[in-house]
Amino acid sequence: MARTIQSLERAAAALRLLAGGERRLGLSEIASTLGLAKGTTHGLIRTLQQEGFVEQDEATGKYTLGAELLRLGNSYLDVHELRARALVWTDDLARSSGESVYLGVLHQQGVLIVHHVFRPDDSRQVLEVGAMQPLHSTALGKVLSAYDPVAHSEAADGRREAFTEATRTGLGEFEKLLDLTRARGWSADVEETWEGLASIAAPIHDRRRMPVGAVGITGAVERVCEDAEGEVHAVRARLVAAVRDCARAVSRDLGAGRF
Amino acid sequence: MTDTHSTGPFIAAIDQGTTSSRCIVFDKDGRIVSVDQKEHEQILPKPGWVEHDAAEIWTNVQEVVSGALEKAGITRSDVKALGITNQRETTLLWDKATGEPVHNALVWQDTRTDALCKELGRNVGQDRFRRETGLPLAAYFAGPKIRWLLDNVEGLRERAERGELLFGTMDSWVIWNLTGGTEGGVHVTDVTNASRTMLMNLQSLQWDAKICESMGVPMSVLPEIRSSSEVYGEAKGELAGVPVASALGDQQAALFGQTCFAPGEAKSTYGTGTFLLLNTGEEAVNSYNGLLTTVGYQIGDQKPVYALEGSIAVTGALVQWMRDQMGLINSAAEIETLASSVEDNGGAYFVPAFSGLFAPYWRSDARGVMAGLTRYVTKAHIARAVLEATAWQTREIVDAMQKDSGVELTSLKVDGGMTSNNLLMQTMSDFLDAPVVRPLVAETTCLGAAYAAGLAVGFWPDTEALRVNWKRAAEWTPRMEAAQRDREYKNWLKAVERTMGWIEEEN
Ligand SMILES: Nc1ncnc2c1ncn2[C@@H]1O[C@H](COP(=O)(O)OP(=O)(O)O)[C@@H](O)[C@H]1O
Repeated sequence: MARTIQSLERAAAALRLLAGGERRLGLSEIASTLGLAKGTTHGLIRTLQQEGFVEQDEATGKYTLGAELLRLGNSYLDVHELRARALVWTDDLARSSGESVYLGVLHQQGVLIVHHVFRPDDSRQVLEVGAMQPLHSTALGKVLSAYDPVAHSEAADGRREAFTEATRTGLGEFEKLLDLTRARGWSADVEETWEGLASIAAPIHDRRRMPVGAVGITGAVERVCEDAEGEVHAVRARLVAAVRDCARAVSRDLGAGRF
Repeated sequence: MTDTHSTGPFIAAIDQGTTSSRCIVFDKDGRIVSVDQKEHEQILPKPGWVEHDAAEIWTNVQEVVSGALEKAGITRSDVKALGITNQRETTLLWDKATGEPVHNALVWQDTRTDALCKELGRNVGQDRFRRETGLPLAAYFAGPKIRWLLDNVEGLRERAERGELLFGTMDSWVIWNLTGGTEGGVHVTDVTNASRTMLMNLQSLQWDAKICESMGVPMSVLPEIRSSSEVYGEAKGELAGVPVASALGDQQAALFGQTCFAPGEAKSTYGTGTFLLLNTGEEAVNSYNGLLTTVGYQIGDQKPVYALEGSIAVTGALVQWMRDQMGLINSAAEIETLASSVEDNGGAYFVPAFSGLFAPYWRSDARGVMAGLTRYVTKAHIARAVLEATAWQTREIVDAMQKDSGVELTSLKVDGGMTSNNLLMQTMSDFLDAPVVRPLVAETTCLGAAYAAGLAVGFWPDTEALRVNWKRAAEWTPRMEAAQRDREYKNWLKAVERTMGWIEEEN
């Protein structure tokens, strides 16, 4: 087993001491119970206080557990809540873009589709909620890899299969794509996963600016990309703007500030 | 909503609802351009009594109309017509000369007319007026509410008999004020709203003199009954010159907004409770299975289109109960997370007959039951049973509708807050053995009012043009084996049986 970090163990002990019921303890009580010097304890408690895990009562000077600890337990955003909040905005994106809309979150080594809005034409389509998409080649996956460190390590360490000739499988070129994604705030997939299909996606953040998912559109290359004579297909700026608008609107609904 | 602005002209729709008034501006594709909304006070003078201040509502309506136009960055000249949809059955009397309400509006949920309805049904029973009106004697409907006001508020009966008072549901109140109020306001209602008063004959679409007589309602207070889609008059004031061109009760407006224009097409709105309406075409189908017969809509001088209506009292409310009373989830959406953590209901069934069983049973002696419990059952199985309860109750109403109408349901169009629940929508499709479809515009109620108004002024040529606007956002298709469905349905029906007769002294 790896070496443990003593100060973290002490911090955990202090939190345990304050937990359970409506406990308020003074500095010296905490120090003596933990068997620590007052100075050490003070440093410990002050750090926890800065992180919001401990709060000090102004009148008595005693310490209690902080609100941030409660939030920590609830901070995980339920994917069905995410879908409920995203519903109107993703409907609007489907209407304005004329393409199908997907909402994805990181799940194990891939992107789990948690919401899907049909392309608004009368064609037969099948609901793809519950399907998985690869992290390294799709627009949703690249956005998640660029913003969520867990997704990043899954994609960087995992096998990057070549689905088409356009799939970037090398680590260097993959990282470059993620840099570009972070710089622009969105990502595209032009026939990197499926022949004939292109996608655009942008990140969704919660109120603490944590990346909680990605939203994007997918459609035929001819519709999603500019008519290009040459080899390089650029996705349409109008569609990029619509996708980013939608991602921002959902983030705002989740409480993320303007950015 | 997005930066890709639609260009005019537009249709504006007012939704005068139970908790708030809203105005939505739509473009020609039926896309939302702007929304404004304002809540009004729920006045609860006694247990079971619910009132609204109609003057406050009229002020709010004016504000949200201005607000929506402002947000859209348009003026009244960009608005080709104004449509109205409203909470149904809520009853108001006002003074013709001053325009002042003579009492707060009695809201549809108000149960003060329970005793009066029992009294009216004495000897003959609940179905005394069903043949003419399509409705059972129940506290919701407007007729008995008018009677209550005339009987219980000092001086009202005399004033009504002198012809000083006007009656209206919220559509009439809003239209009368929009078109000038005391300065020549038109006193009208539409066939759908009139069909919820218990005073209109479903065949003639006119006030039934005999019923008005036995209900004790002088016909002089009643508005003129018009179609749901025609120009009733021109707005005065802020919207001067804009044609006021539609009125539909909220559930009928959703039917219209979902473009259920053909017999056999049905919509179901999943909120706190659920309302399912089935288009039965030009035939008013009598129900022998506890449903209501109602007017779906009437476009101008075309023939009226009828509907069968079934409502479920507790659907979203059961999810709220799991959150607020049981504390098993933090948000309504989390019910899906909990329910998805298991494969099936583990043998558990939940019949939320919190205030009795409604359609198709109508048993007020029933109370809620959880059945089939074993040590194996977890909270996740209960969560599943909660969602299945909504799906089975839908199935029961659909079965009743098919029995009454002989029309086979081809697919169910859904809207409302619960449609964001994917597991529920899949379960619904499995239990109904029919596709369940969600449209791209969730605001079907306002959209229906906008469509009806737009048709009246030629903004849209016909209902076919509206169908083209209807876009599928999602579709769930059945995946359940018939044998399993039948087995589960049998279990559900057994659980339903166990709710009955719980209350022994029913009086
Ligand atoms: N994802 C969900 N799963 C299940 N129920 C939900 C979900 N989202 C909302 N609800 C339920 O839907 C209802 C709100 O829907 P809404 O259409 O706003 O209803 P209303 O118009 O009756 O207030 C609430 O009762 C809530 O419990």
